[in-house]
Amino acid sequence: MFVAQSSPFLKPALSVSKMMLVVNLALIPGIITAIWVFGFGVLVNIVLAIIFALGFEALMLYLRKRPIKVYLNDKSAVLTAVLLGLALPPLAPWWLTLVGIFFAIVVAKHLYGGLGYNPFNPAMAAYAILLISFPAEMTTLWPSPAMLAGHESLNFLQTLNFQLFNQLPPSVTLDAISYATPLDVVRTSVINGLASISEIEDTGKTFGMLGGLGTEWVNLAFLAGGLFLLKKGVIQWYIPVSLLATLGFFSLLFGSFELDSNPSPLFHLFSGATMLGAFFIATDPVTAATTPKGRIIYGAGIGLLIYIIRTWGGYPDAIAFAVLIMNMCVPLLDYYTQPRVYGHNDRDQPS
Amino acid sequence: MSDTISDTLTEDNIKAQTSFMQEYTPIAKDGLWNNNPVLVQMLGLCPLLAVSNSVINALGLGMATIAVLILSNMCISLIRNIVRPEIRLPVFVIIIASVVTAIELVMHAYFHELYLILGIFIPLIVTNCSIIARAEAFASKNTIGKAAFDGLMMGLGFTLVLVVLGAMRELIGLGTLFANADIMFGEGMQWLTITVIPDYNGFLLAILPPGAFMGLAFLLALKNYIALKQKAAKKTQKSPLPETI
Repeated sequence: MFVAQSSPFLKPALSVSKMMLVVNLALIPGIITAIWVFGFGVLVNIVLAIIFALGFEALMLYLRKRPIKVYLNDKSAVLTAVLLGLALPPLAPWWLTLVGIFFAIVVAKHLYGGLGYNPFNPAMAAYAILLISFPAEMTTLWPSPAMLAGHESLNFLQTLNFQLFNQLPPSVTLDAISYATPLDVVRTSVINGLASISEIEDTGKTFGMLGGLGTEWVNLAFLAGGLFLLKKGVIQWYIPVSLLATLGFFSLLFGSFELDSNPSPLFHLFSGATMLGAFFIATDPVTAATTPKGRIIYGAGIGLLIYIIRTWGGYPDAIAFAVLIMNMCVPLLDYYTQPRVYGHNDRDQPS
Repeated sequence: MSDTISDTLTEDNIKAQTSFMQEYTPIAKDGLWNNNPVLVQMLGLCPLLAVSNSVINALGLGMATIAVLILSNMCISLIRNIVRPEIRLPVFVIIIASVVTAIELVMHAYFHELYLILGIFIPLIVTNCSIIARAEAFASKNTIGKAAFDGLMMGLGFTLVLVVLGAMRELIGLGTLFANADIMFGEGMQWLTITVIPDYNGFLLAILPPGAFMGLAFLLALKNYIALKQKAAKKTQKSPLPETI
């Protein structure tokens, strides 16, 4: 379109559309693993979310009199939809996805001015709203993972039937196919002192080799996808590294005193949505801090908040709340961590 | 002779009537729309956001606020020529506080359950900025009739927004309207409660504080949108001919 005539302008390595495409591609190993572990519900969630997201995006672009085709092609709505689809419980009913996507695209994104102007991560804002509004649906609809002994699952059509029409096949109860997520078990029994870590370990339903049973594989796949993004240069190392290091440090610090009531650092790193959050959610270029120092503080803040909310808060997982709280701090972080301008002393204050 | 007298009389009557209309219509328009205490002045938001979680709560607080506004406006209008300007604010505050205390005692006696639900927000009417704002901006400069009418209209404007917001939040949050109508109107009025959406799971967010902020934001956006449309329509009406230079 515009070719720079003079002055050495830098051309961005990747356009928004390409960048979003790469991020979406990097999510694929995690998505496939999640489908393997949790069944087809994950796929149904993601597809439904993408359809709703494109619909709401087109509607909002039309209402705001923006060129629909150009903005739909930037794939940011698709990325938001995939992230929310992954975060929702895999057996979530269709209307949960619809309400979530409405808040993500319409409220958290377009009412704040669209891509690039939204202060809060749309997928996480929607997740937080859903968790507060529908606590029962958001915590009890996790299907048991494929590696659980005596595992029962629904096939694709049965899953679709349940999610769209709330109908289970006869002789199958919801209790038989769902399970309490490892973080939920730790939250409700260990931290309240009802059971110790070793007692839960003996049941064989909660812990895997690294982290939570089932979720550890999903986390490993997202870690691989995240490393791919790092290598591609789509994200920088500051946020994921400081986030994971802080979370690991604090779980080590507090966990080493009372081994029987605190899960290990590895459990924190490989359970729930830790890796998805560290590499794909916290690194959102719009809502994260932009300076290197700011990014390190931002990631560390999220890591600390994840530990605090998981351990002492009211909800089992904490990525959404931690990210949203640090989103609020971003303008402050960016203001106070502006790097030294070349040729100026440290003492020269930015005016 | 008698004809002319009666003529002048009716003319006087008409004049008096038109001047009455001219004086009181803007007050009504101001309170309900143009200068609405919530949508334009953004006053009294704390009780508005806190108590608008159901229509009945909203109605209860709205009625109490209307009563306080009318009574305080009347009292302040009565004493407006006696009180020295230097000490007017403390005097206003004392008057408003006594009126609120009286209303609180009345509600405690006759609407006990509603009183328990509204709790701290009845005594907190005293801090509702729209009341002292009307005392300072209107009642201390106008006659008692106008001040009372202004109190009524401002109170109605406040209550209108409160009830609309309460209805929105109750409908989205619980799927009902006028739930608990009996605690305000007595046992006989339970039929008022409408279950709009049967077997509704509930959307907690609307009942929680974020729902209040979001609902108010949408109402403000709607009001600004309508006001802009009205302005644009007026402009095109005023200049039907293209201006030439």
